Amino acid sequence: MSELASRPMTAEEIDALTKTAADWIERRDFGQWSEEDRAEFERWLAASPAHRIAYLRLEAGWKRTELLGALRPFKGKEKERKFASGPLLMKFAAALAFVAAMGAGAAHYIAPQPETYSTGIGGRETLRLSDGTLIDMNTDTRIRLSGARGERIVWLEKGEAYFQVHHDPAHPFVVMVGNRRVTDLGTEFLIREDPRRLEVALVEGRARFDGESAKSFTLTPGDVVVATPHSLAMTEKSQQALSDELGWRRGVLIFHHTTLAKAAEEFNRYNNSKIVLANAGVAGRTIGGAFTITDVHRFAVIVRDALGLKIQNRDGDIVISQ
Amino acid sequence: MLEGMVERPDTDREGPMRSSDAASAVSKADAWFMREIVPLEGSLMQFLQHNWRNAAEIPDLRQEIYIRVYEAAVKRLPEKPKQFLFATARNLLIDRVRQALVIPIDAAADLEAMEIAGDQPGPEQVVIARDELRRLQAALEQLQPRWRQAITLGRIEGLSRREIASRMGVTEGTAAQYLSWGICALVEILHRDSSNTGGKA
Repeated sequence: MSELASRPMTAEEIDALTKTAADWIERRDFGQWSEEDRAEFERWLAASPAHRIAYLRLEAGWKRTELLGALRPFKGKEKERKFASGPLLMKFAAALAFVAAMGAGAAHYIAPQPETYSTGIGGRETLRLSDGTLIDMNTDTRIRLSGARGERIVWLEKGEAYFQVHHDPAHPFVVMVGNRRVTDLGTEFLIREDPRRLEVALVEGRARFDGESAKSFTLTPGDVVVATPHSLAMTEKSQQALSDELGWRRGVLIFHHTTLAKAAEEFNRYNNSKIVLANAGVAGRTIGGAFTITDVHRFAVIVRDALGLKIQNRDGDIVISQ
Repeated sequence: MLEGMVERPDTDREGPMRSSDAASAVSKADAWFMREIVPLEGSLMQFLQHNWRNAAEIPDLRQEIYIRVYEAAVKRLPEKPKQFLFATARNLLIDRVRQALVIPIDAAADLEAMEIAGDQPGPEQVVIARDELRRLQAALEQLQPRWRQAITLGRIEGLSRREIASRMGVTEGTAAQYLSWGICALVEILHRDSSNTGGKA
């Protein structure tokens, strides 16, 4: 019997083992973590089942605390970095005139050697531009940078991105989405594009939105422009609502009385394992909370337990039913 | 001309990766264990406290139960995790009673009468996520100040050990110790508090 083979451990020995496991987690998450470290950690795990259990027990609790990242203030550490704005900005001298002259859609053919960046499903990347601008790309997103000298133009070809623009009044930063245009006037903003709908939300500063028609808006913080193929409207969102909408930058999805239909649509953007809702009755139920964006299984379990629904696996997808 | 440089966000860090089939059974068991078993720790500890007199032995019992459950899971994932966990716990207690030189009669009687919890979601599993953040914050508040500060800088503000050390004005080694003790304490509080939400043995 295995319990005869393994000597019982004292409470102190178990505490010491737990501390060793915590040291590994600390090193992995906060220190330098090389390939050799990883291999050494693997050997430690494999050395005894007691090691692995001590680690899994801690890691399960520690993973829960990822949600604490949801408390990170808007102006995170990236904002604090200073960027050299030097001679480079001088290259943008012609930008304003260029933007003014640009016809709808024509820009695609003007830029020589554009650079394209993209993320896959569940991906997220931060793009740091040479002018100091930061772009957080969300899941399944493609962005193209102007290759022409003296331009600050970015095309959001699909997906969603958060822009922290290094403002230069003389050289406006322009984001093109199809033939719509957002021009920074000292700004942090969010743009989300899908085939049915374009949403531009202003978080800080000011920006101008130019639609296909002559219609244009100047956005102030909290303003949200929603454009569909047939309509164009401006609404407002509270700072809290905007902060929640930007949860993906911290790896979380935040819901308030959100229908499962909407929540499933959000999770499905980030995960290859899709949530499938059995019927309209299920789709109309609502849920609230903050969820780790990639942990669709945990979300499903919470939905099951909190709403008393059933979940089952079907070919890698998760079916939620009554 | 704009030039981009791609940075990997911190959240992309993944746990250890393994490649062979045996390793895939291990990583499946790891994920299963963290997802299904560890969250039941509050209930398990209550169960052990009710059914085992010597409190000093309880951490070892818990460890042994976890090892048995985990080793079974590597071979095949049990279908009803909660039932399996408590059945394993019960069997271990019975084994331990049998091995003991002196058999405490009332303990043995209790064990016979012991009911095994089913796999219906008990109240302890009904974690509504909107409470989760509040619960995590409350746990963080209970840490001693230096540990809490280190964890806050690391987990909320996303700083590295080096940045935390410089922010707190301590050496990197000290920062590592604050973080590591903070991780231990925070997880203990979280596991302990999961029993306050109504787990029953």
